[in-house]
Amino acid sequence: MSGRGFIGITAAVFRKDTSSELRTRYALNALFLFTVTTLSIILFSFQSATVPTQVHAGLLWVLIFFAAMSGLSRAFITEEDRGTILLLKLSTISTPVFYGKLLFNVLLLLALTTVLTVLYALVVPGFAVEGLWTLCTALFLGTVGLASASTIIGALIAKANARGTLYPVLSFPIVLPLLLTVIRATTTAMENPSWGAASGEYRVLLSYIVVINAASYLVFDFIWKD
Amino acid sequence: MHNIAISARDLRKDFNRMPVFSGVSFDLGRGETLAVSGRNGSGKSTLLKIVASLLSPTSGTVSMIADGSPVPGRFMFRHIGMVAPYLQVYEEFTALENLSIIDRIRGGSHTAADYERLLSMVSLGKRKHDHVRTFSSGMKQRLKYALAWMERPALLLLDEPRTNLDAEGIAMMLTLFEDQRREGMVIIATNEQEDVDICASRISLGYDGAAKGGGS
Repeated sequence: MSGRGFIGITAAVFRKDTSSELRTRYALNALFLFTVTTLSIILFSFQSATVPTQVHAGLLWVLIFFAAMSGLSRAFITEEDRGTILLLKLSTISTPVFYGKLLFNVLLLLALTTVLTVLYALVVPGFAVEGLWTLCTALFLGTVGLASASTIIGALIAKANARGTLYPVLSFPIVLPLLLTVIRATTTAMENPSWGAASGEYRVLLSYIVVINAASYLVFDFIWKD
Repeated sequence: MHNIAISARDLRKDFNRMPVFSGVSFDLGRGETLAVSGRNGSGKSTLLKIVASLLSPTSGTVSMIADGSPVPGRFMFRHIGMVAPYLQVYEEFTALENLSIIDRIRGGSHTAADYERLLSMVSLGKRKHDHVRTFSSGMKQRLKYALAWMERPALLLLDEPRTNLDAEGIAMMLTLFEDQRREGMVIIATNEQEDVDICASRISLGYDGAAKGGGS
């Protein structure tokens, strides 16, 4: 690869997507509105009810999952809708585009997860965490896994007509193992102060990230071509 | 610019098992030009996309030779510039930013002065800091020419090259065509007789999906 090389081109795609998002706010607006409405609904429905830790962990990840579904698919869909994907295809090979967009999605979802979790802890009664580092590790690994899955699924469905339906339908079986594991790790963080208490879950999450990224690397070139 | 030749052999494209065209073959070398004409839906744009490696043919091959060595299909884009109505630029960025973003993504190392020279060439110098969303469709078309010309590609693909251009824009396009013809290759997909006439060879995609004529 000439000139800047793979990392430079990946960084260029990432910078382009970040600047574009800061100017258009396609994903940011969708994520912000989703966060405000869903947290309000949870707050109104809970009122002063006592909720088990598993329900808190599940609800938090339902919020993060649907926020990811509403915002992250746009990385490829907006390029396809606006016709700029052809400009990218005439400018570089597939791999740096994929990793530039993946990096953008990971950082966007990490920011969203942080804001969502802090807001959830502040406004929803009964959300107490015993193991802060366990929670941070679970949130980080879960977010990276979810962003990785969302990016490749977003690329897969970008050319489809019924994207709205296809995205959650395709995503559900792919992210189910991730969601089950990360909910278990989050529940552990709420009940057990020891970081090592969720070590089995960390290993599963790390394996998930490796597998989904290896599969994405192999598949994306075919998606990119036609 | 590398010494590059491109060759298409017996290209066929089907959509939903319906043939769009078949039997398209041509060879182009440095200094050669080809016009692709045909009615609406005959596959002119599809053929250009296949040559640009943006689409796979149902059968047949497109090969490129650079300085005597074959160019792998996934790297052919490096030698190709394209202007087409369906190829869009980033409207949330300025004209200057579009050039710099695409240059960085291509791994290029052009300077701000290079970008400004390109924008002046397409008469967008005074609007270089304006967002593309404020541009007319003709100005966007000029920006596409600047992007396609930035790397001085060996092969320039022009799909309906006069689209949205005024008389001055068409003169700019013809100057660029002449420059490209001297050092590289041009393929134009068009139904304008003036564009067909400026090309040395012609392929006509017919009603029955079969191609007539061919490159040199």
